[in-house]
Amino acid sequence: MYDIKALYEAESVENAVQLLTEHPEAVIIAGGSDVLIKMREGKLAGCELVSIYGLDELRGVTMEEDGTIRIRPLTSFSHITKNPIIQKYINVLGEAVDMVGGPQIRNIGTIGGNTCNGVTSADSASTLHAYDAIMEITGPYGVRTVPIHDFYISAGKVDLKHGELLTSILIKKESYENYYGHYIKYAMRNAMDIATTGCSANVKLSDDKKTIVSARIAYGVAAPVPIRAKSAEEFLNGKEATAENIAAFAKKALDDVNPRTSWRASKELRLQLIEELSKRAMTEAVRLAGGEI
Amino acid sequence: MAVGVSEKRVDAYEKVTGRAKYTDDLAEKNMLVAKVFRSTIANGVVKSIDTSEAEKIPGVVKIITCFDVPQYKFPTAGHPWSTDPAHQDVADRLLLTSRVRYYGDDVAAVIAEDEVAANRAIRAIKAEYEEYPFVLDQIEAMQDGAPQIHEEYKNNILNHTQIYNGDYDEAIKEEGLIKFEGWYDTATVQHCHIENHICYSYMEQGRIVVVSSTQIPHIIRRIVGQALGIPWGKVRIIKPYIGGGFGNKQDALYEPLCAYLTTQVGGRAVKLDMTREETFACNRVRHAIRVHLITYARPDGTFVARKCESFSNQGAYTSHGHSIAAKGISAFSQIYRSKASQADAYTIYTNRATAGAMRAYGIPQITFAMESHVEDIAKALKLDSIKLRQKNMMEVGFTDPFSKNVNYFDSLNQCIAKGREYIHWDEKLEKYKNQTGPIRRGIGMSIFWYNTAVWPISLETSSCRMVLNQDGSIQLQIGETEIGQGSDTAFAQMASETLGIKFEDVHVISTQDTDVTPFGTGSYASRQTYVAGFSIRQTAELLKEKILKHANELTRMPVYNLDIKDGNIVRTTDNKVLMTLGELSTEVLYSVTNCEHITAESTYQCKSNAYSFGCCFAEIEVDIPLCKIKVLDIVNVHDCGKLINPQLAAAQVHGGMSMAIGYALSEQMLYDPKTGKPLNNNLLDYKLSTIMDHPHLEAEFVENYEPTSAYGTKALGEPPAVPAAPAIRNALLNATGVSVNELPLNPHKLFVRFKEEGLI
Repeated sequence: MYDIKALYEAESVENAVQLLTEHPEAVIIAGGSDVLIKMREGKLAGCELVSIYGLDELRGVTMEEDGTIRIRPLTSFSHITKNPIIQKYINVLGEAVDMVGGPQIRNIGTIGGNTCNGVTSADSASTLHAYDAIMEITGPYGVRTVPIHDFYISAGKVDLKHGELLTSILIKKESYENYYGHYIKYAMRNAMDIATTGCSANVKLSDDKKTIVSARIAYGVAAPVPIRAKSAEEFLNGKEATAENIAAFAKKALDDVNPRTSWRASKELRLQLIEELSKRAMTEAVRLAGGEI
Repeated sequence: MAVGVSEKRVDAYEKVTGRAKYTDDLAEKNMLVAKVFRSTIANGVVKSIDTSEAEKIPGVVKIITCFDVPQYKFPTAGHPWSTDPAHQDVADRLLLTSRVRYYGDDVAAVIAEDEVAANRAIRAIKAEYEEYPFVLDQIEAMQDGAPQIHEEYKNNILNHTQIYNGDYDEAIKEEGLIKFEGWYDTATVQHCHIENHICYSYMEQGRIVVVSSTQIPHIIRRIVGQALGIPWGKVRIIKPYIGGGFGNKQDALYEPLCAYLTTQVGGRAVKLDMTREETFACNRVRHAIRVHLITYARPDGTFVARKCESFSNQGAYTSHGHSIAAKGISAFSQIYRSKASQADAYTIYTNRATAGAMRAYGIPQITFAMESHVEDIAKALKLDSIKLRQKNMMEVGFTDPFSKNVNYFDSLNQCIAKGREYIHWDEKLEKYKNQTGPIRRGIGMSIFWYNTAVWPISLETSSCRMVLNQDGSIQLQIGETEIGQGSDTAFAQMASETLGIKFEDVHVISTQDTDVTPFGTGSYASRQTYVAGFSIRQTAELLKEKILKHANELTRMPVYNLDIKDGNIVRTTDNKVLMTLGELSTEVLYSVTNCEHITAESTYQCKSNAYSFGCCFAEIEVDIPLCKIKVLDIVNVHDCGKLINPQLAAAQVHGGMSMAIGYALSEQMLYDPKTGKPLNNNLLDYKLSTIMDHPHLEAEFVENYEPTSAYGTKALGEPPAVPAAPAIRNALLNATGVSVNELPLNPHKLFVRFKEEGLI
């Protein structure tokens, strides 16, 4: 039995914005796999909810005329994994969200909820960072866009003002075309777990598959919010795709991250994992791009 | 012939279709709901409780605090009662307490119209405490000056017992002995049965009825009576289907409090349903035991003298207490033999969750220590570790001077031979020599000792009732409870076997109701098939005797030429079917001259016990840079005597292996060192292993018919959870050369050890 004060079901995006404006204390609920847990813990007990779960206009993945991939936020993890556009152009995103929890969670949980929670361990977040995703937000004053790097403000806090909701996640053609990516989730067990640390790498190789034209890597749980290893990426760009270069890149990535010690894992273990996962993820990305290592 | 056949579970259809009714399915929607208000300190005294705000919340019916409840101290352990005060369990619990001893202790209870109101009230109650320092580690708790948890137990030592054999000090003087020494540590873990503990209670005709998810209804009846200070006959316990227990429900959990609460609301039904968080933090856990082992061996590997000191972390209250550590040193003294041995077991109170019974009762802990230690000795002496075990392990013919248990068979060697073959031991040992690189493989093994039931430490008794129906089928009632393991099915097979009726004609009444179910102490100690087997066989023979007496009257054939086969009365001289059992039963029940409702009931007191041995072999892959172990292949081999139902036996082994893999690799309750608060009391942060973390689980058996047993069977309930952890630990040693002596072998521990050893 959940302690819910009121539940307002939005009939459209516009109506959702209106309901949120009318109820300044209300919280948005989509699949509910995070909100209901918080309510049960007593953290959101007695709150008002605005449900957007019935808004089919916020579901699905499409491609714009300019090649931008538009992922609507209510798309469930399992639908993302099975989506042909995702499979063809950003397969790594489908693979990453296929590691969330278990099958039931992947059927109910949405990619919008996964990102709007602002949690560093979210399985979709590092890949979206690694692909320079753009968040499209609709609110009382219209639509605005913000790069995902700026969307995450601090642990649990994203750039969403009350009355606003995420209406699309956009990935531009130049962000994905000819990039091949790989995600590694490191958790204490192989299902029903959150990442101790996660690492998503992607790479664009030269035509002869020997040189790294562009490399990107992002991590979950390497800092309070998902982050990129920009200096390590720069180091690798233009270099030959060799094991030595990737090993050096992985070591360099340690300067870009800032994991902390908690009872869940020590900083030292996380650093050990970050270096090893960077190496393995980038090596696999190069291999997927047709390179040989 | 029903015994030895993989009959379908008698409850299979009910459980698969969801028709089987568990406690919460039986609870009515309009019942009152109770929630426990818990301490937010680990040690101290409640000075005052302010319930004024909570009482204003709509839907709150009544709030009971620790200052309101009767002060009858009661024991909670699910042991048979002893009429000898010297053998009674420690009575240290109250329904609610002002002297709190762990973070989450029971301080007050809210009764409300629904869960939302009850939870709101819990959040609105304010308690003032006088806080004392607390201690979480058992060795620290033993030191002078450590916080004292129970006044009457100095240095927090609940008990200290010894098993000494031979002259240890003399034995170690032998020339040329090599000394081996090690410390081994196991973690606090929880049972994680699927169904949390739940109960509801109401009053009827001046008596209290408690419907509970428990393994031990007849024992709970006694404890509720003790806790409320009322005659035991005023209490009725009903146990429906339950979703697992593994020992946590071999304890009075919240039945006494729930029974008390209904008396405070005029006998209205009150439901108390534990959350998963409470199950972890405020039910029972497995004892974390730290073990110090010393072995003096000859260069050829012969053990000459052995010493063991074990320190068992009891947590806040006694529950099953010292029995767990005591059982551990029995295993130590018996599984390996030497000229002399000294074993000391200490059980120490701390401010953790109370440790109680958990599947295999102290043996996983001591086995982890012993089998790791033996492996280390073999490595140091450059001996084959199986040969080292075989050289020193319990000999055939060994008799326990206390229990009179006899090691009748060469079970250990037979089990080892099977496991060794399955895993390709010799071939893999050779193959995994001299590995380099980041990913390495290894194999390891472990043997174990177990015994069946609790005789002669406690009473062993079982009572059974059989009632014959008009169609020749029977109802079987027994105090031994089905808790998911399949015992009802095994019981039906036994009754069918002895009575000569079809398996499907035995209707086992799965629900135990202390008003109508014959007395039995319940499900624990791997006693079900062994102890219940006696009363089932005895009662079936009584019933059969009554049936054949009537058959004699109806057929005029002498009793000694009659038998029951496949539900028919058969003349044994020519195997001719004279009548069906249904015809006989109908005739007798409605006879105008000689009517009888044919029933039988009897109690069997069991005064024996039986060894149950086996082993585990595991093959693993270690990812050194990622500090991770993956189990590639694993086999348990058991000699649990004759298998009543081979498929159910294998299922029992699979479940135990799964539990043991979690124990080996990932499970551990964590407590905040600053506050004593449990950190990971939920299924996300407590790393119970999932099916994705398991390889194929291979269960194999050696079937030596147990001569002390009614159907040739002995312990299989708990032993499967014993041997995997040391087998995996030894495989890690084989793969990497690194010994890790602290469970679980998770990445945190591997990282530290691999760093120390220079592997990363």
